[in-house]
Amino acid sequence: MEETNKNKNKYSIIIPTYNERLNIALIVYLIFKHLRDVDFEIIVVDDGSPDGTQEVVKQLQQLYGEDRILLRPRPKKLGLGTAYIHGLKHASGSFVVIMDADLSHHPKYLPSFIKKQLETGASIVTGTRYVRSGGVHGWNLMRKLTSRGANVLAQTLLWPGVSDLTGSFRLYKKSVLEDVISSCVSKGYVFQMEMIVRACRKGYHIEEVPITFVDRVFGSSKLGGSEIVEYLKGLLYLLITT
Amino acid sequence: MKHVVKILTLLVAITALWFGLLQTSVIPRSHTGLLPIYFIVSLGCYGLLMVGIGLMYFPTCPQEALLLQQDIKEAKEYLERKGIDVSE
Repeated sequence: MEETNKNKNKYSIIIPTYNERLNIALIVYLIFKHLRDVDFEIIVVDDGSPDGTQEVVKQLQQLYGEDRILLRPRPKKLGLGTAYIHGLKHASGSFVVIMDADLSHHPKYLPSFIKKQLETGASIVTGTRYVRSGGVHGWNLMRKLTSRGANVLAQTLLWPGVSDLTGSFRLYKKSVLEDVISSCVSKGYVFQMEMIVRACRKGYHIEEVPITFVDRVFGSSKLGGSEIVEYLKGLLYLLITT
Repeated sequence: MKHVVKILTLLVAITALWFGLLQTSVIPRSHTGLLPIYFIVSLGCYGLLMVGIGLMYFPTCPQEALLLQQDIKEAKEYLERKGIDVSE
């Protein structure tokens, strides 16, 4: 029996960045470390970072090759959804991974995403922090409470078929991402929810893998009253339109 | 079918069941009249229970923070050697 069936798929990893000059270098190193035998490219969509992120990316291109690291910047902050769409235009892989640049998404989970997709043939593999073998670090009680409350509410109202709705560490078949993203209009984390709920409604096969999420940005809890209102509005919007 | 239609259908079915119970008086009227309240309260309690349980068993991974620090150190050393600017 064949011991290793070489995975001939190419994976395009889209990483939107804004002021991530150190993190982008670290994450590129880690991606190369954990995806040794995989054909991939990293697409950095930088929104005009003033801290020199793009200069660091250019150095990384010298080290790793311009065919492995694509820099496709934009003039200013234009939002996450459009960053993915922009990255998609330059993606040559048949699969697309989206992840955050700040190392809350650790590249060491990339092989498990790929493996899960190959095993199940899923259209989307999404990382979940809310299962036993996953988890978070760096969240205080308030943060956990709101996360849990938000999740229960979303589960009850939307029946989304995934345990982690707001996560943004995902692997998509390229055609599926193109299809889903074209019908999404929300912003921020509601956008991530909208993506996965729409995908679920369209009947795409979605699988989950456990991931750990280390929040290094302590204290910058962006959860005020307005965030909660935005979330509830987003839920209602998703309830009615999906 | 849109999701909201599914939910509304479910609610209509439950309401129809409630009307049915009111008509046939299988259960005494006084109790039946309060059924919607019981239903909503139970739903609320269920929600709170799920939140509480979820909070109790919220998966955490403190060791991951340490591992991440090690990874960062390793990455910085390699990148510096190769001439990448790793200042903040």
